[in-house]
Amino acid sequence: MPVLTMRDALNQALREEMKRDESVFLLGEDIGLYDGSFKVTRGLWKEFGEKRVLDTPIAEEIIIGTAIGAAMSGLRPVAEMMTVNFIMVAMDQVVNAAAHIRYMFGGGTKVPLVIRTPGGGGHQLGAQHSHSHENWFAHVPGLKVVAPGTPADAKGMLKSAIRDDNPVMFVENEGTYAVKGEVPDGEHLVPLDKNDVKRSGDDITICAHSRMLIVAMDAAAELEKGGISAEVVDMRALRPLDMAPVIESVKKTSRLITVEEGWRSYGVGAEIASRVYEEAFDYLDAPVARIGAAEVPAPYNKRLEKIAFPGKADVVVTARAMLGKN
Amino acid sequence: MKVEQRPTESKPRGTLSDKPALLRLYREMLLVRRFEEKTAEMYQAAKIGGFCHLNIGEEATIVGTISSLRPDDYVYSTYREHGHAIAKGIEPNAVMAELFGKETGTSRGRGGSMHLFSQEHRFYGGYAIVGQALPIACGTGYAINYQEKDEVVMSIFGDGATNIGAFHESLNVAKLWRLPIVFVCVNNLYGMGTAVNRASAVTEIWKKACAYDMTGERVDGMDVLAVRRITDQLVEQAREKHEPSLLECVTYRYRGHSMSDPDTYRGKDEIKEWQGRDPILTLGEHLKQQKLLTDQEIQKIDEDVTAEVEAAVKFAEESPEPEPKDLYRDVYADQGAA
Ligand SMILES: Cc1ncc(C[n+]2csc(CCOP(=O)(O)OP(=O)(O)O)c2C)c(N)n1
Ligand SMILES: [Mg+2]
Repeated sequence: MPVLTMRDALNQALREEMKRDESVFLLGEDIGLYDGSFKVTRGLWKEFGEKRVLDTPIAEEIIIGTAIGAAMSGLRPVAEMMTVNFIMVAMDQVVNAAAHIRYMFGGGTKVPLVIRTPGGGGHQLGAQHSHSHENWFAHVPGLKVVAPGTPADAKGMLKSAIRDDNPVMFVENEGTYAVKGEVPDGEHLVPLDKNDVKRSGDDITICAHSRMLIVAMDAAAELEKGGISAEVVDMRALRPLDMAPVIESVKKTSRLITVEEGWRSYGVGAEIASRVYEEAFDYLDAPVARIGAAEVPAPYNKRLEKIAFPGKADVVVTARAMLGKN
Repeated sequence: MKVEQRPTESKPRGTLSDKPALLRLYREMLLVRRFEEKTAEMYQAAKIGGFCHLNIGEEATIVGTISSLRPDDYVYSTYREHGHAIAKGIEPNAVMAELFGKETGTSRGRGGSMHLFSQEHRFYGGYAIVGQALPIACGTGYAINYQEKDEVVMSIFGDGATNIGAFHESLNVAKLWRLPIVFVCVNNLYGMGTAVNRASAVTEIWKKACAYDMTGERVDGMDVLAVRRITDQLVEQAREKHEPSLLECVTYRYRGHSMSDPDTYRGKDEIKEWQGRDPILTLGEHLKQQKLLTDQEIQKIDEDVTAEVEAAVKFAEESPEPEPKDLYRDVYADQGAA
């Protein structure tokens, strides 16, 4: 199987879907002539032309609004928000419009659109460029939210998202674009509503999505050296949230750690934990441990930033403590 | 109050000199008026809930603009849109049923007064966030060009909406991408209680088009024929040349901002003055002078539209409520609950 970077896997998904369906088009800032700020759309403007790869002004409300209107009028837009930090300017379009239109108009229309956007911190970009907002989106009925952590899932989920008839928030991560992995050629579809056990183990369950999946996998490898067998569940499907693999895993391991790159308060881990308490409380031997970013605006200083974002060591230390092996 | 009109060349059209077309404009305006009067009554009788914004006084602007469109053209509107929906061809029955929150309403009772919608009539919705629908209208404009169709989008909003960012973002791309859109600003002189000159550095709103090198026009929004004439030109320009435009219709709402507005920020004299220029009475007088309409015929039209509105109330009353089991219906296109 070919080995691709996450960036190229996404690019392949876009190209394949644009070839398959004339109604698919891309829009966003500097995605065309400039080839995309993270080069995910590289070569597509040359190949498909400016009608199907639309360079927009720096006007986030227009990007999302145009995508919504086009989606209601027969097209399948894939909008790129240069980074998730800028989506705050357009949250009205995302929440009040994209997510609510179908319901508030009594099912009279649909909004088949994908919003691709990278988030995440750890690049010394400071408070305004280091956000993770998937929990904001996942709070909203009407949106689907996915956050793949491997190139194969990135390709397969992006293709599924483009074919889905609902607004899908497709959350990428600036820190994973160069990550490599095997990616099936051609038609490879991954469902938007299935989470996935990426490593099996018996002693403890670790839930993580996007870049934190990689952190969790590294931590599991490290834990194994100390005789701890960790199961890693990839929470790539955040809304609808597929809890089945987590519940099953917790019934086996009785211990759960959640890892996310954003702040813990009101976060993804909080949601997973409460669902586990509701559905598998009696199986737990310890309270669920939540790992996330320090509750500060992301600092610029490298040393402070390193402490502020979760890493492998945090997961390893937490797991050992839960198992009394520190 | 005299409204200064831009001295635009506008050629009268065949359609506006023929009797059936003129009578249609008259009838539509009266239907909207009677519908809204009944809506106020039903609101006071607690048959209608939530916020409720009426179109009374704005009929010439509504009918003069929307009547210029083809059935396959699109309209995007605001929360003050009952009349817009009716003018685009939606049955008063379905509109009243929506206000009553019934399953037979335009949005199955899920939307209410501010969220009317009809795919079939290409009435692409009432949106309750000021300025929100303009970018979405641009998306439909983009889709029309993309699919190489010759449809037109009419995006309707208030004077207050011209001060929000989305308005400016939208005019910019409409011109940049040559979208077939007519932006219609219903300048009723107030955004809630704030007069235009207390909210906008530029009080002649058509001038805002200049910033985007776009056609800007201002018309007396109480004169349905003038509104219709200029709209015909702008629609044609959008359809034939993909030239968007901004049309400012200067008009007035006789009632408060919404049903819950005690209306303390403007004088009674001002309201009276505008009522003296009533669009329906004005057209009626004009048609009588032209010997196209008699008092008896006017009476008959009034009886007809009043009966239509009464029938809409009856329909709404007798329609079923949505079922509790359908609460989660249509959150997603594939119906699955999250
Ligand atoms: C973004 C936003 N801010 C505030 C409001 C509350 N609000 C509803 S209507 C309105 C006045 C709008 O005035 P205008 O655009 O002139 O339209 P009109 O009501 O006069 O038709 C306000 C402030 C809102 N709905 N959306
Ligand atoms: Mg106003």
